[in-house]
Amino acid sequence: MGASYGKLMMWFFLLSDAFTFSGLLITYGLVRSSHPAWEGVREEYVFSTEYWPIPERVFEAVPFLHGISLPLVFVGIMTFILIMSSVTMVLAVEAGHRMDRKAVEKWMLWTILGGATFLGCQAWEWTHFIVGTEIPTIKDVFNVKTGVWDKINVFGANLHVNQYGPQGFADFFFFITGFHGFHVFSGVMLNFLIYYNTVTGVYERRGHYEMVEKVGLYWHFVDLVWVFVFTFFYLV
Amino acid sequence: MAHHSHEPLVTVLPPDKEKIKRLWKVAGILGLITAVEFAIAFLWPHGVSKTAIFVILTIVKAGYIVGEFMHLRYEAKFLFWAVLVPILFIIWMLVAFVYEGMKMPVFL
Repeated sequence: MGASYGKLMMWFFLLSDAFTFSGLLITYGLVRSSHPAWEGVREEYVFSTEYWPIPERVFEAVPFLHGISLPLVFVGIMTFILIMSSVTMVLAVEAGHRMDRKAVEKWMLWTILGGATFLGCQAWEWTHFIVGTEIPTIKDVFNVKTGVWDKINVFGANLHVNQYGPQGFADFFFFITGFHGFHVFSGVMLNFLIYYNTVTGVYERRGHYEMVEKVGLYWHFVDLVWVFVFTFFYLV
Repeated sequence: MAHHSHEPLVTVLPPDKEKIKRLWKVAGILGLITAVEFAIAFLWPHGVSKTAIFVILTIVKAGYIVGEFMHLRYEAKFLFWAVLVPILFIIWMLVAFVYEGMKMPVFL
């Protein structure tokens, strides 16, 4: 069939993984389209659980630049980091084709660094999302003991409350970016394994660097998924 | 030592300049499209046309990643179609779910 067994199986695994991510993102689309959108002027937009939030108003914080509104800048940087680590990965694959061990080591290290940086950025973004803004969102909550509706201040988001919008928005944020982040984490682990095997000369003795190529496929897939998450969660 | 083990003789080939140049070019295109998306997010009026542009640009980016970085364009035709054809089901799923969602009362 013109493709090795290992590569073929990696492709089929990635195809099944693509279906999983599609399921998540499409369900996000379903829930989002069942909610009303913000109808007013964009400048007057405020957080409310009544309508779906405008993502660029939720994600506008950048580390060390507290209080400055920089919509989508940080997530743009994260996208750039992941694309760059995909490039270094493909350069490692190219070096593997030439049996150039030193170059494979170099590019694998850059790839690992890129993946780790992305995870660090995501940890920061999650923290910011969970802690919330300085001004709370007021939410009506039914008090079971007194039988009346209370107004409470909501800061940040978790799986119970969400200051940015309907609960589903926070749930999907944690699930989709979390599931992707776990893929990145696994990818970094696999990349490290490849790096280790390269340094110890396993692939040199084996006579080929196909493992770099197979793990590379996985790593590019993680980048591919992020491209879709970036569009459907942050941009649209 | 009685058995002196030799490291295998490895011939390292010189870098494929042409190929590396193409990879950086693809990286440049991906970065550029992301920058364009970023600009459109703030400059283009909100609506169906904006979403359509984002979807098209995302598919272009996906094409470059899968075709060039994942090398699918150059793989055996069998593998190419085995990966691409099942994706059609995702498009069906997307259309069906979002269409249903628009008719649905708020439930979450």
